Amino acid sequence: MTGDVLIDVQNLSIGFTGRSGKLLPVLRNIDLGVRRGETVGIVGESGSGKSTLALAMMGYLKHGLRVISGRSLFDGRDLLTMPSCELQRIRGGKIALIPQNSGQSLSPNLRVGAQLTEALALHGKLALSAFPARVIQLLQQVRLPDPEVIASRYPHELSGGQQQRVAIAMALAGDPEALLLDEPTTGLDVTTQAHILALLSDIAVRLDKVMVYVSHDLGAIARVCSRVVVMYAGEIVLDGDATSVLTNPGHPYARGLLASIPRLGNPNLPMALEGRPPPPGDAGPGCSFVDRCAIAEAPCRSERPGLQPLPAGGRVRCRLPERAGSIPTKRAGKPASAGGSFGEPLVRLSNLAISYARQSLVDQLLGRKPQGVPTVDRVNIEIRQGEVIGLVGESGSGKSTILKAVAGLVGPANGEIAYDRSGALPATVEQRRPEQLREIQLIFQNPDESLNPRHTIEQILAQPLQLYFGLSGDALRKRSIAILERVRLGAHYLDRLPSQLSGGEKQRVAIARAFAAEPKLLLCDEVTSALDVSVQAAVLDLLDQLRRDVRALSDRVAVLYQGRLCEIGPAAAVYSRPCHPYTEALLGAVLEPEPGARPILMAEDIVELSPPAKGCPFQRRCHRKVGSICESTTPPQRNAGAEHVIHCHIPIGELTSAQTVSTLGNAVRPHVQ
Amino acid sequence: MLRIFIHRLLLGIATVAIVSGIIFAAVEALPGDACTAILQRDASGERLANCRRELGIDRPALTRYVEWASGAVRGDLGISAHNNKPIASLVGDRLKNTLLLAGCSLALGIPLALFLGVLTGLRRDKLSDLALSTIAIFAMTIPEFVTATVLIFVFGIWLGWVPGIVTASASSSLSAFFPGIVLPVIVLTMVMTAHIMRTVRSSVIDVMSSDYVQMATLKGVPYWQIVFRHALPNALLPAINVIALTVGWLLGGVVVVEKVFNYPGLGHYMIDSISDRDLPVVQAIALIVATAYVGVNLAADLLAMAFNPRLRTLKARSP
Amino acid sequence: MSDGPATLVATTARPSRIVSVICEVLSRPSGFIGLFLVIAHVLLALFSPIFAPFDFKAMNANAILSPPDATHWLGTDQLGRDILTRTIMGGRQAILVTAIATPLAVAWGGLLGIYLGLAGGRLDDILMRVVDAFLALPWILKMLLMIVTFGTGVSVLIPTLAFFYGIPVIRIARAATQNIVARDFVLAARARGHSRVSIMRKELFGNVLDALMVEGAMRWSWMLLAFTSLSFLGFGVSPPTPDWGLMIADSRNFMAIAPWPAFAPVIALSSLIIGINLTADALAKALGIDRAQAAVH
Repeated sequence: MTGDVLIDVQNLSIGFTGRSGKLLPVLRNIDLGVRRGETVGIVGESGSGKSTLALAMMGYLKHGLRVISGRSLFDGRDLLTMPSCELQRIRGGKIALIPQNSGQSLSPNLRVGAQLTEALALHGKLALSAFPARVIQLLQQVRLPDPEVIASRYPHELSGGQQQRVAIAMALAGDPEALLLDEPTTGLDVTTQAHILALLSDIAVRLDKVMVYVSHDLGAIARVCSRVVVMYAGEIVLDGDATSVLTNPGHPYARGLLASIPRLGNPNLPMALEGRPPPPGDAGPGCSFVDRCAIAEAPCRSERPGLQPLPAGGRVRCRLPERAGSIPTKRAGKPASAGGSFGEPLVRLSNLAISYARQSLVDQLLGRKPQGVPTVDRVNIEIRQGEVIGLVGESGSGKSTILKAVAGLVGPANGEIAYDRSGALPATVEQRRPEQLREIQLIFQNPDESLNPRHTIEQILAQPLQLYFGLSGDALRKRSIAILERVRLGAHYLDRLPSQLSGGEKQRVAIARAFAAEPKLLLCDEVTSALDVSVQAAVLDLLDQLRRDVRALSDRVAVLYQGRLCEIGPAAAVYSRPCHPYTEALLGAVLEPEPGARPILMAEDIVELSPPAKGCPFQRRCHRKVGSICESTTPPQRNAGAEHVIHCHIPIGELTSAQTVSTLGNAVRPHVQ
Repeated sequence: MLRIFIHRLLLGIATVAIVSGIIFAAVEALPGDACTAILQRDASGERLANCRRELGIDRPALTRYVEWASGAVRGDLGISAHNNKPIASLVGDRLKNTLLLAGCSLALGIPLALFLGVLTGLRRDKLSDLALSTIAIFAMTIPEFVTATVLIFVFGIWLGWVPGIVTASASSSLSAFFPGIVLPVIVLTMVMTAHIMRTVRSSVIDVMSSDYVQMATLKGVPYWQIVFRHALPNALLPAINVIALTVGWLLGGVVVVEKVFNYPGLGHYMIDSISDRDLPVVQAIALIVATAYVGVNLAADLLAMAFNPRLRTLKARSP
Repeated sequence: MSDGPATLVATTARPSRIVSVICEVLSRPSGFIGLFLVIAHVLLALFSPIFAPFDFKAMNANAILSPPDATHWLGTDQLGRDILTRTIMGGRQAILVTAIATPLAVAWGGLLGIYLGLAGGRLDDILMRVVDAFLALPWILKMLLMIVTFGTGVSVLIPTLAFFYGIPVIRIARAATQNIVARDFVLAARARGHSRVSIMRKELFGNVLDALMVEGAMRWSWMLLAFTSLSFLGFGVSPPTPDWGLMIADSRNFMAIAPWPAFAPVIALSSLIIGINLTADALAKALGIDRAQAAVH
């Protein structure tokens, strides 16, 4: 099935000149051949050099980068030394890129049709008169509805999923032999992502293209690729067929990576891969993974292992591949702190509605209420002492808005938040009592944004300690160090600025700041989504540890769509038997790094402008819609078991019986503790 | 789109209204009034009071403001205190001369600035960029009167190529201003070009490192097609607003330049009127200049909106 | 491409931010030259009476418009006064007035801008219209009206310059504030329940200060331009006090026969303004602010 070598990277090293004047390598001695008929996934965390490698396969280096050694051949010719006029014919014509962020990769000033026509004119073998028909055909090929309408649109008028499809159509326009995909689904919602991945694997098979798929997401790669290459610190550390790499890899890093991925089917916490890769130019004489490796020996530090063939096929850069098998890839590790009995109700959201609509001047003069449908509506959730509740939903589902309302940053338009038997919690921060402020702490999604870049870690931690406990001087410093140690950072971090920390360390500081207040209720807004996979696991693990300290826990999940509750219930019940049609679609789209896993596609990836004014929030995308009742009447609450409530018009018997077996993944990000 | 247009227009009108209030109040606060200016030494007692009654200056300030403002809207700017002529006719000629000067500078400066801005942006950090960018800092920061003095010395006196001073009077025909207008135009062009060029440069650099230009490169689009089709339409949008702001600067800078070169324009007239305490004229010129400033900026906003598909279709979905 | 190792270096004793910013400015050629010029000018302005070889008022009837020679290194002017002396002292007034007015302008404009950026609402709407209205008037008109009303003394010029040049600062500070207020670390401080004053002091001020420092340097250069232009037009410093603008204006009448009196003040004034702008450029780069996007005024 596989043919001759089409893309051949030989001993390629690429680097940039650092401030010290030293040449710092980003890629080190890459050897990689891709044959016709292959779909190869390149996986690695940020900074591993995977994108640089992908672009080098097209003969492109980003500003500031230069080749240290090696060649990048396409069909036998070195692209890195090719004159630009010939390169132009190959780029887009023989090998095309599908970029990470299509929204920003399409020229904002040109209509979609014009950009596709341009690609056709550059590489097509078609007559000018055939262009319009071909544009429509391409848009149909990527399954865009109304191709004529889409062609006349500007990129910013399309949804993220549509933009990505246009980018794919553009790559196909030149009828290339190879497609290069640079994180093509990162940043898209899970349901959209599932659609795009299905389209891509279909194209690979149907149009017989060579594919090189670059991603940090093993789950995405598992769906498309037959061969997987793992990169670490600018090197290839493992290369093999997808099944072996994804189930029983021969390199300690790949095994750690697999173990750190959270999976819905497994109640245990993912295992953290401690430490971080060496920065460019900082790898010692030995193996670059040695500092994080569980099976490292003394010789690993002194001699750099070569990329050697494995007996079962593939290549690995490890001195001890036979011993790597002893490292677990699944969470044999510890279970999340077990639930059980919870205390008294701590917070109750009753009929909560939040609206961002601002009163216009006219409305103010006429004394009218702000118009428009509220962003969040009819949310009823009760959280008990020591309970962890996950809010699940895609972007725009109102998760963050609800957390901000509980934190007092957004005032509810309707309903109330009852707190700790003291009755309704005042709507805004300014009206709350100091005690209430201390007891409710919020951790933000992105630590780059939530930590003041000009404050040292000491100043950051001092803020809650001074405010709530009036600490100062030695007491303050001692307490800060104690808190830092609880998040496994040392006292020497106190003098540093956030910019001197890695992403995971920054998020630990943010967590430390929240815990410094000794809260009763911790609101975590997607605290791991800005972090690399292996770091995510460590942060989740840390949160679990700290949770034990404040005596807490359980696992209930609330699924939200467009700011309305769809389903709420014990995590195990919701994840193992999703009942609401939306939960079904959402969980079905979650990616698992299992070879052969296929998504269940249900809801079409359209963009919802605003929640529907009446009826069920999911009415426009539901694949199990009952009828006009869904558009006119708010769905009733149906009980599917202990504490398991579903908001749907479909009778409960049907909801629970019509089960599709779904692969389960982690969509539980925001915890309300 | 129409809503935005009306909103901007109303904001502009509000700004001009506030300006007129500030001007009126400021002139009101000045010691002396039209009558002290007309009567000069004789301004005292009975004659002063008579004059004030005659001109209606003894009425409350608010009444006079409303009268002045409503007159200005109709094009009646009042009477000069200096020679009792209607201001509209006095200002007319000079306004025409200033527009000639500003028009020549813009016609020369904008294309030059766009060209240099694109050039330096595309050749970022190369020698030509560093040289031109450094010259731009010099050109935009050295006061106009210094540049003017140096140019007069070099080209007017030393080389003798062009006259160092304008001899035409306010009512001369436009052709009488050449070649004397050359040096003033060069001085104004230098400063303006430097400002616009710097903005265009930084905007070109931003766009050339954008994802969509990288994508176009990897699509196999030839370099110059990338520049003209993908990069420049996006990079030049911010230039529109900066050009408007620069025109605003031009309205002030032109005052000094006109004075230095003895150019009979609005700015020169303004300085003379302030020296002569011809307050109605000062008020009128201030109002004209402020209205022009607001108008140009409004036009730039609307133009930028018309050229930017993102703003044009603002109604489109939001994430 | 960020320089990985440089940002990861652990510093046990962190140098104060001001020191590190100054080091960063000095490490660029533009910053080094600029700061050198500015400091030289300021020192000269402070100590010029010591350096000046002659009395700035002393007229020498025997040496009227005499070219540079051993006694008068830069020649003499139309009244026989030493040009070197007058050039050395000619920046005193300008630098003194603007160096006091600049911090005042940045202070009041900055504080009001931060407040408006935080408060928003009706007051913000109205005051921003007034700011727009002031910006719609050319600087020279505003300055001349004040001078005609109150005279040209230092006690008039300092508050006048500080007032008018603080107005554009309001815009800059307001925009910078609005940018920062939207960021999560300010939200986090609000959620913790810090008071408005404490948020302003701890979270906002330092971050807005970056923009204000660059803005301050630019205001200084614009003020110098205004001050010397006014002198040149005859509305500023009154003779016989030496002033660059006045000297250039005087020299124009004799330029055909004796060009040298213009050279020294032209070079002195240009070098100071270029010095300030080079410093501002380097400062903006060190702080990561795009100066080319700043307002023209």
